[in-house]
Amino acid sequence: MLSRLKIWVLLLSFLFLAVLPIVAEWIGEEFYISLVARMMVFAIAAMSLDLILGYGGMVSFGHAMFFGLGCYSVGILAFYELTNGWLQLFVCIFGTALIGAFVGFISLRTSGIYFIMVTFALAQMFYFLGISLEAYGGDDGLPIDTRSEFFSFFDLSEEWNMYYLILGTLTACTLFGWKCVNSRFGMVLRGSQANLVRMEAIGFSTLKYRLSAFIISGVMCGLAGFLLGNLTEFLTPEYMHWFRSGEIMIMVIVGGMGTLFGPLYGAFAYLIFEEVMAGYTEYWQFYFGPLLIILVLFAKKGLWGLLPGKENLGDD
Amino acid sequence: MTITLFLEQILNGVQFGVFLFLISAGMTLVLGIMNVVNLAHGSLYMVGAYVATTMYSLTGNLFFAFVLMVPILLVVGMIVEIVVLRTLYERDHMDQVLATFGLILFFNELVRIVWGVEGLGMNIPESLSGSIDIGVPYPSYRLLIIAVGILVSVLLYVMITKTRMGMQIRAGASNRSMIGALGINIRILYTVVFGIGAVFAGFAGLMAGPIISIESGMGEEMLIFAFVVIVIGGIGSIRGALVASIVVGVFEIVGRSILPYILLQLVPPDQAQTAGPAMASMLVYILMVVILFFKPQGLFPARTG
Repeated sequence: MLSRLKIWVLLLSFLFLAVLPIVAEWIGEEFYISLVARMMVFAIAAMSLDLILGYGGMVSFGHAMFFGLGCYSVGILAFYELTNGWLQLFVCIFGTALIGAFVGFISLRTSGIYFIMVTFALAQMFYFLGISLEAYGGDDGLPIDTRSEFFSFFDLSEEWNMYYLILGTLTACTLFGWKCVNSRFGMVLRGSQANLVRMEAIGFSTLKYRLSAFIISGVMCGLAGFLLGNLTEFLTPEYMHWFRSGEIMIMVIVGGMGTLFGPLYGAFAYLIFEEVMAGYTEYWQFYFGPLLIILVLFAKKGLWGLLPGKENLGDD
Repeated sequence: MTITLFLEQILNGVQFGVFLFLISAGMTLVLGIMNVVNLAHGSLYMVGAYVATTMYSLTGNLFFAFVLMVPILLVVGMIVEIVVLRTLYERDHMDQVLATFGLILFFNELVRIVWGVEGLGMNIPESLSGSIDIGVPYPSYRLLIIAVGILVSVLLYVMITKTRMGMQIRAGASNRSMIGALGINIRILYTVVFGIGAVFAGFAGLMAGPIISIESGMGEEMLIFAFVVIVIGGIGSIRGALVASIVVGVFEIVGRSILPYILLQLVPPDQAQTAGPAMASMLVYILMVVILFFKPQGLFPARTG
């Protein structure tokens, strides 16, 4: 269970996100609305990766693939003037689930280093595929003229509506994720992270559980991409580049791996750091690179780990 | 598609494969022996290209550039090993991935700061800028790359299989703690192996200099192929890396040029035009998936225990 302090931190964080547009409008800095919306999109992606990374021990180094695929499902359909949000959402969920099943099935045949390299290579395959699809902008990307259309009273071209759709999705994903990791399914998943052979021995067909987790995580990340496509109104294979996968993984680590909520804060911390540093120097990665190494070596528990209280059974 | 063009593409593929081998050999050794995923290996290739180009423009001689590049890359590699990699041996793979990802960011920005954002160009030495007729006219510089690459591969193979150090390396790959117990100083061995890997990657950078553009981030393109090569060849296997490099190199280059022709025979031209490049870019990965499906450990699994 969560400690009381952590529950308060979470509630306050979500409350803060809920009132942010009102405050931003009030002080006349509407720019913050889309900035924070973008951070929330990445928070969803980071949390989705944490589901398999932190709870399933699956080091997927190609998660940006789902991110991009979600974005493509909006962009390509909008390109053909199919702007019905429900249709786009269906294609997004179904498509990422299908590709997640394929990639998961191939990569879960391997383990350890191989798993990292296979997910990496397959994600790059989709990246290069995106580049070579000249019809959809290829390398340069493709503007998305119309955002998804869900209800007539909920027009996404309003920045506020977009913001609250993203916040709503983030909240739903967080609740779902929390249910998921604490369910029987989540326990089996964690068990197979701790000891795969033992889980097999007591009769669980772990591949089924791990593959399902991989697909769930992929779909969740695809949703994040779906939202990002709508938010930025732009489609580019760059979203699938492995640097993105690395970034998402950094967010998980910065926030705290295997804590579910930590990656949300990790995403915010990373993007704020980027925003601030990029203002000072063009070469901000020159400083970030060594900082990342230090973080990985010495600060494994992440931001969420700074708060007292344990979360999962067996945590120390 | 003529036979000469086809032959030329095969030679290009072999030449690309040689590059891949130079890079993936070091990487697969580091992975096999030290059990470390080193993403920054591509960065060493990039640093090698930058250093060699600078040396070449200073001395005006490719051989001198080579001679000067080797100690620099050896030192760079050994420093990287001592400062960062050494602390990662006991860590899990994800830590290694992230820390070496940090190294990539650092190196990419470093070369931008030192050499500028524009990137560098390197000219083929005049004596090598012609072409030689070997059934087909083929640029002599590329021919030199193939020849030198084969020479280096043989050298590496002999070093691994016939020398004392190679024996220690192989022993390290199969049982790390045992060779430590037998009185071999693993720490130094690891540092040296890493340095040598860096030199090979840097050498690939030197050879690639005149035929590609030297820019920040050039290492990552090769890194992806190196991953594919290692997965196909089997981790830690030099033989596997050699075979897989050539296969991947030829597959990539030849596939890209003949696939559109094949598609034109099968489907209408407008569809072939869209599908051709898309399929060609996926070819190598499809090959990887197929091989993994039948052999999850790669073609030549090196580790037994």
